[in-house]
Amino acid sequence: MNITLTINGKVYTSDIEPRMSLSHYLRETLSLTGTHIGCDTSGCGACTILMGGDAVKSCTILAVQADGCELTTIEGMANGIEMHPIQEAFKENHGLQCGFCTPGMVMTAADLLKNNPNPTEQEIREGLKGNFCRCTGYHNIVKSIQHAAEKING
Amino acid sequence: MGNFIGKSVKRREDARFLKGAGKYTDDIKLPKMTQVAFVRSPYAHAKILNVDTSAARNANGVVAIYTADDGCGQYGVPCGWQVNFKNGETMREPMHPLLAKDKIRHLGEAVAIVIAESLELARDAAELVEVDYEELPAVTNPRDAMEDGAPLVHDQWTDNAAFDWCIGNDRAEVEAALEAAHHVTEMEFRNQRLAPNAIEPRSYIADYDVNADKWTLYTSTQNPHLIRLLLCAFALGIPEHKVRVVSHDVGGGFGSKIYHYTEEALVTWASKEIGRPVKWTSDRSEAFLTDAHGRDHVVTSKMGFDKEGKIVAHLTDEYCGLGAYLSTFAPAVPTYLHGTLFQGVYTTPLIHLNVTAPFTHTVPVDAYRGAGRPEATYLLERMLSKAAAEMNLDQAEIRFKNFIPPFDGIEQPGYQTQVALQYDSGNYEETLKRGLEMLGYEDFRKEQEEARKNGKLLGVGISTYIEGCGIAPSAVVGALGARAGLYEVGHVRVQPTGKVSVFTGTHSHGQGHETVFAQFVADKLGIDMDDVEILHGDTEQVAFGMGTYGSRSLAVGGSAIIKSVEKVLEKGAKIAAHKLEAAEEDLEYAEGKWTVKGTDKSVSFGDVSLTAYVPHDYPEGLEPGLDFSSFYDPANFTYPFGTHIAVVEVCSDTGRVDLKRFIACDDVGNVMNPMIVDGQIHGGVVQGIGQALLEEVVFDEDGQMINASYMDYAMPRADDLPMIETDRTTTPCPHNPLGVKGAGEAGAIGSTPAVVNAVVDAVAHLGVKDIQMPLTPQRVWKAIQN
Repeated sequence: MNITLTINGKVYTSDIEPRMSLSHYLRETLSLTGTHIGCDTSGCGACTILMGGDAVKSCTILAVQADGCELTTIEGMANGIEMHPIQEAFKENHGLQCGFCTPGMVMTAADLLKNNPNPTEQEIREGLKGNFCRCTGYHNIVKSIQHAAEKING
Repeated sequence: MGNFIGKSVKRREDARFLKGAGKYTDDIKLPKMTQVAFVRSPYAHAKILNVDTSAARNANGVVAIYTADDGCGQYGVPCGWQVNFKNGETMREPMHPLLAKDKIRHLGEAVAIVIAESLELARDAAELVEVDYEELPAVTNPRDAMEDGAPLVHDQWTDNAAFDWCIGNDRAEVEAALEAAHHVTEMEFRNQRLAPNAIEPRSYIADYDVNADKWTLYTSTQNPHLIRLLLCAFALGIPEHKVRVVSHDVGGGFGSKIYHYTEEALVTWASKEIGRPVKWTSDRSEAFLTDAHGRDHVVTSKMGFDKEGKIVAHLTDEYCGLGAYLSTFAPAVPTYLHGTLFQGVYTTPLIHLNVTAPFTHTVPVDAYRGAGRPEATYLLERMLSKAAAEMNLDQAEIRFKNFIPPFDGIEQPGYQTQVALQYDSGNYEETLKRGLEMLGYEDFRKEQEEARKNGKLLGVGISTYIEGCGIAPSAVVGALGARAGLYEVGHVRVQPTGKVSVFTGTHSHGQGHETVFAQFVADKLGIDMDDVEILHGDTEQVAFGMGTYGSRSLAVGGSAIIKSVEKVLEKGAKIAAHKLEAAEEDLEYAEGKWTVKGTDKSVSFGDVSLTAYVPHDYPEGLEPGLDFSSFYDPANFTYPFGTHIAVVEVCSDTGRVDLKRFIACDDVGNVMNPMIVDGQIHGGVVQGIGQALLEEVVFDEDGQMINASYMDYAMPRADDLPMIETDRTTTPCPHNPLGVKGAGEAGAIGSTPAVVNAVVDAVAHLGVKDIQMPLTPQRVWKAIQN
């Protein structure tokens, strides 16, 4: 099937199998390997991207369902070498260790802060409950998002 | 403290990870690369009657299909540790085949490898492989596996034991002391089986180059050189110098990526067979079924006390499941990494541990974060708190009564335990004092009393743990059954311009070596961190190495680098002396230059480096170059310790545990980067909390794993947790140059019993003495009801 979609501001057209997941499409067809796959069942959140501005788990969406959509992946967050405030906050607060869950965490945080620019610690924790991290115990991820909110709100 | 050591320097690794530019194995695509799907057994124990691959071979896009009868049947992966029976009989060591032949011994064991042009086509074809099985009864519980008539995992032996083992004092003496004790606390429980669950699934790509007759194996491993050695010398018998193993970014390990797995050897073998790159990436279900699991001990234990509450004797019997085959380090985990920690931080005069280690019809069990030490700590720390409750003593008080007094390992000697080890240095009571202050212990007890009057169930749990890291020296671990040395390699290459490339045999998969190792190298050389690059994860760049596990990277790998830095400075001083026309002993080195003492005559590190590579005006007889490699074999383990305290509220209606506070006061020796140490503690603590409250691999009576997905296997999520409150004391390790002990596993070792002690404390006044892990709402609720 033919699909056309916009990813990180760039238009892509591809002929793909209807059964291909969006996460596989990003990784295998477009080589956008920043989106990671940890489970295939929406359980871990490593594959989280923004679809029409909202966080979605790209492993349980078919690529054909994204036809005509506008997506942002982790590769689209930084502005050249300048990192997004959320990315900067993760670095400053040691919000990542092995880095595998990190793209999903950053994209989830982007959605969270868009909908709630001043979240409490508990709201951040609830917002992250669809994303597993096995390294950080979430402590510094929560701090990173608190810090990112401060940065974004100036 | 230098410019960088001891500072929370931000990680240089982070930019690539944050931008989605990390290079994990599954991110690699090679020209003409093929993809793999495995045909795996849906049974835990079965005879393979027939495998029919004919339909699959004709399927679209299939490149090759292999079964054990197609050329790889003679190959198997080895075990790296031998523990013989107490009576001297050799450890029973079955062949661990790359593909199952005739018999299935655990759920998910591979029967055939299907290689195709794409993953989808490989999976389609795998569905067409027809395997006829005859299902057989399975045994998954290690105690059941040793009962008469239990289904045999390996028919060539008369029972399921792989070995048995004991450590400590004479059993009869320990039993007599228990008999005479004022009070005996008893426990019987299961330290449940866990799935490690690194979020990156395992991934391997083998690329055989027919013209060079060389393989490159890209693998998500914690120890690339060890994998190359095991692959070449044991699994496939291929020449080691013809194999390059590359392990770029790895998405978490926690032990599960130490081992040499069958899939790793199979793709390597198959790549030569088909002459193309072969890639396999596990999916999550395969990870649950085929990544080595952790823990799985069935424990019966008695601890005797005098009337003051001092421990007089400790006797434990355990059944420790090994799974269907012996994984790389499996025999060491329930023995030398476990029984040797039974002293804990206490003066217990008599200790005996007896271990029976059977095969079971499950995936192999091996090291998982802490590896044997969490199991030892859980037992000791639950025992102490249970005994305190029974003897009407306070949890903290019973610990203060039993602590080994402080010793620094220099003025005061190391502490000789009853279980073989000699602790390096420790000040155990100090971390407990600090932890109790952080909590406000006395105020909490008042709050708890008030809360109980209002029907609220508040509890506090203490755990004062010790662990052993960086296991060594090689001669000792060899005598204990290790089939490898446990030294490390550090190579410092000073470039002509004075820039420094450091090659380490350890591997970073989240620990931040690229930053931390550069911090201490820069400080020791007195140069800027930006002038130091840390390289790892490629057997053709790094001379050798044993990898990263057991919290060994800094204590062992860091020390090897320091040795090479010292050699650089020693040779540099000769060159500097020549340039300054001074005697070597008249020079001092600081801030990146050699200065003639008492003068302003100096020469910089950069100038000396250039001279080493452009040796025109040069000391006679000295070799050019400034490039040193060192092997460091430590004198002893290192022994971090600490106090973890959990505060919980239990809902009396539902049994749900709300973790209100978690306090960790750890002592990991000297600290290079506090930010990274805190991060390691946070992560470890939460994995330990996961074991206490949520996690357990569950098999049904047929050996089916009934929770092999993220929808069924519960792990800690962000909203299950409070912020972790951390503090530290510092007792340097006396026997390594940085004075460091290791921080990777401490969190997971100390936290589990703290949480369980807290929950039991919350409901103790209702008559509850113990609850089996994980403390699910149902189990806690039932305990309250009973």
